Amino acid sequence: MAMTRKQQRGALIGAGLGALGLAAGLVLYALSDTITFFYTPSDVVEKGVQPGTRFRLGGLVEDGSIIRGQGKTVSFKVTDTAGTLPVTYVGILPDLFREGQGVIAEGMLDAGGSFKADTVLAKHDENYMPREVADALKEKGMWKHGDGAAKEGTQ
Amino acid sequence: MIPEIGQFALILAFVTAIYQFSVPMYGAWRGDSRLMAVAPPAAMLQFGLIALSFACLTMSYIASDFSVQNVFQNSHSDKPLIYKISGVWGNHEGSMLLWVMVLALFGSAVAAFGGNLPPSLKARVIAVQGSISVAFLSFILLTSNPFNRLDPAPIEGQGLNPILQDPALAIHPPLLYCGYVGLSIAFSFAVAALIEGKVDAAWARWVRPWTLAAWMFLTAGIMLGSWWAYYELGWGGWWFWDPVENASFMPWLIATALLHSAIVVEKRNALKVWTILLAILAFSLSLVGTFLVRSGVLTSVHAFAVDPARGVYVLGILCVFIGGALALYAWRAPTIKTGGLFAPISREGALVVNNLLLTAACAAVFIGTLYPLVLESITGDKISVGPPYFNLTFGPLILPLLLLVPLGPLMSWKRADMWAAAQRLWVAALIALVVGVAALAWQWRGPWLAPFGAALGAWLIAASVQEMVARTKFTSVPLNVAWARLKGLPGAAWGMMIAHAGVGVMVIGVVGITAWKQEIVTVMKPGEVMQVGSRSVTFLGESPISGPNYTADRGRFSISSGGVEVSEIWSEKRVFKPSNQPTTEVGIEPFIDGDLYVVLGDRAPDNARTIRFYFHPLVWMIWLGTALMFLGGCCSLFDRRYRVGAPKKAKTPIIQPAE
Repeated sequence: MAMTRKQQRGALIGAGLGALGLAAGLVLYALSDTITFFYTPSDVVEKGVQPGTRFRLGGLVEDGSIIRGQGKTVSFKVTDTAGTLPVTYVGILPDLFREGQGVIAEGMLDAGGSFKADTVLAKHDENYMPREVADALKEKGMWKHGDGAAKEGTQ
Repeated sequence: MIPEIGQFALILAFVTAIYQFSVPMYGAWRGDSRLMAVAPPAAMLQFGLIALSFACLTMSYIASDFSVQNVFQNSHSDKPLIYKISGVWGNHEGSMLLWVMVLALFGSAVAAFGGNLPPSLKARVIAVQGSISVAFLSFILLTSNPFNRLDPAPIEGQGLNPILQDPALAIHPPLLYCGYVGLSIAFSFAVAALIEGKVDAAWARWVRPWTLAAWMFLTAGIMLGSWWAYYELGWGGWWFWDPVENASFMPWLIATALLHSAIVVEKRNALKVWTILLAILAFSLSLVGTFLVRSGVLTSVHAFAVDPARGVYVLGILCVFIGGALALYAWRAPTIKTGGLFAPISREGALVVNNLLLTAACAAVFIGTLYPLVLESITGDKISVGPPYFNLTFGPLILPLLLLVPLGPLMSWKRADMWAAAQRLWVAALIALVVGVAALAWQWRGPWLAPFGAALGAWLIAASVQEMVARTKFTSVPLNVAWARLKGLPGAAWGMMIAHAGVGVMVIGVVGITAWKQEIVTVMKPGEVMQVGSRSVTFLGESPISGPNYTADRGRFSISSGGVEVSEIWSEKRVFKPSNQPTTEVGIEPFIDGDLYVVLGDRAPDNARTIRFYFHPLVWMIWLGTALMFLGGCCSLFDRRYRVGAPKKAKTPIIQPAE
């Protein structure tokens, strides 16, 4: 079963295309099925997001909205000023989670229209504003220039 | 004064790099040996100047010279010395300086150890290294100067992000950079070979150890980063498919493929054109990684600052080098003669399968990492691609590869008998089956893939051991003969077996933490007891603590097993002084069957705390597995053939005693 140079090249190219096809198929299938969209509270209303759809919710934690001390559950509200959405989360919030700061929560709406988060994204740094949140706030005209930019360079 | 010396040295290094790039390249083109001969001293001088500049910045950090803007923004006089030093690369400017220093170090290593390279190849390799230096030194000088001064000088600095003040994180960036930038050598060799139009076994014998060294650094760097994320971030995971993690993982995957294909070039003179492409891709992905991390298109702990000018500059460098190298490849690769023929079922064929699957897996990771960025710039939709995507794409591509790993080394070159190879592995297959069934019996509630994964890990380990036994004929010859054989095995054989076994060990660890982990979130008052896995944990209460630059509440926990106390651990909520930034220190007690992991949470009424417990079965096997892969790389790197086997010039008589 010695192959000629031409056959060998053909076999290699065939195997390469096969692997590429397999990868492409997997990627397309996965991308149609596993990605999560990012919405702000007003997007949720505008786009009519249905309960049970997983998405990422971003905005600011509304001042005075954090309620602790109900066992393991913490509830708070996420706002983009145009809209507000109540969120419940079971677990330990990230160290830098606080009122008036940007936050991203991942989860889904329940039947009552409040957001059940299973992940609240930790920030690594005080000056860090999740990029999606910063962009969304800029769109809504809520971005105070200087909030992030002034700290530029301090990681 | 010192910062000015650093700045000046950096400018001189830039000028030297231009010289290092242009003169030897021209000399190699004209065949002028005098012009080619300037390459090594230029490379060493360039490294010396950057090292001087780096030393100056480090001294400014140690002396807490806050008139230097970079020191002011990232350091604090109360910080322990080690974190003053690691603060040098804990920020954008300093880390770029480290990046070019490592680049110049590798270039000067080729200059120093490349005595037996053909002169024109050596000159071109060093020139290409020089061109990368030119690009990144100009990037530093124009957009990210670490030596900018402040006037008046502030009295105190702003401090380093406390979660970066950690021993593992102090050495994670240097290791990772050695890996990223080490791949530049493979790149330079590939580009030089394309210009020369010649690739032979000697070329591969040069490229492989450099790639191997870079791969080892990458492996160690990624592992340290992962370990840090595991114990510092307190999320109880070790890998999150975060874009920044992927940025280091993609070059690793391609470097792994390159390591394997370079063997084929070296031994069989085949797959040359493909190997060159891999060498270009490996470093290109390092550059993509640098772009993703440094440009601010991603926000994370690694993206130090969002500055569009820098992003555009790095993007420009990216286009020039990747585009240039690929254009050169398209133009010159067809002139490279292809070598040895082989049947599809052969050692070469097995290595081709390895390469295809690794590259396809890397492509899947690449798309998953960049798709959100592309989609957002086209449609404006913001999405995130998380672990489910990677499990669905990376998993199915990498599992068959792992399954086939033990077969490869048993196949002969040119043409092999797959069935005969498989038959030799029946003992390993039996062990894998037993482990799979045992895993099923132990954790029958877990996902169905888990016992399969455990069996896969056992299959990899057992096949490596079996191969070792077969090579030394342990079972059929006297012990001392077998021992002598074992010692006489080439380093590369040891390296391969250890590294492959390491992959198996790691697979079992990954199965443990992903499939069998236990997580409990609860509210506890002092004195209360919680059952975690087979052990019970008592919350003993909390007390205030003060550290060198932070204050903390320390929650203490006692762990008992079967009614007997075995150890006490603590977890802290810290607040760091300069920035008032809170952090959490998790408590981890390692046991042979896994880690008990405690995270102190928020205060609750009545002196209680929210507390999160994890039991992470077999997680130590992840770290052990990567350490074995690193060790395997070491063994392979010290194989005799790279020291005495490389083609030497004839004039030096090479009758050396075999050590």
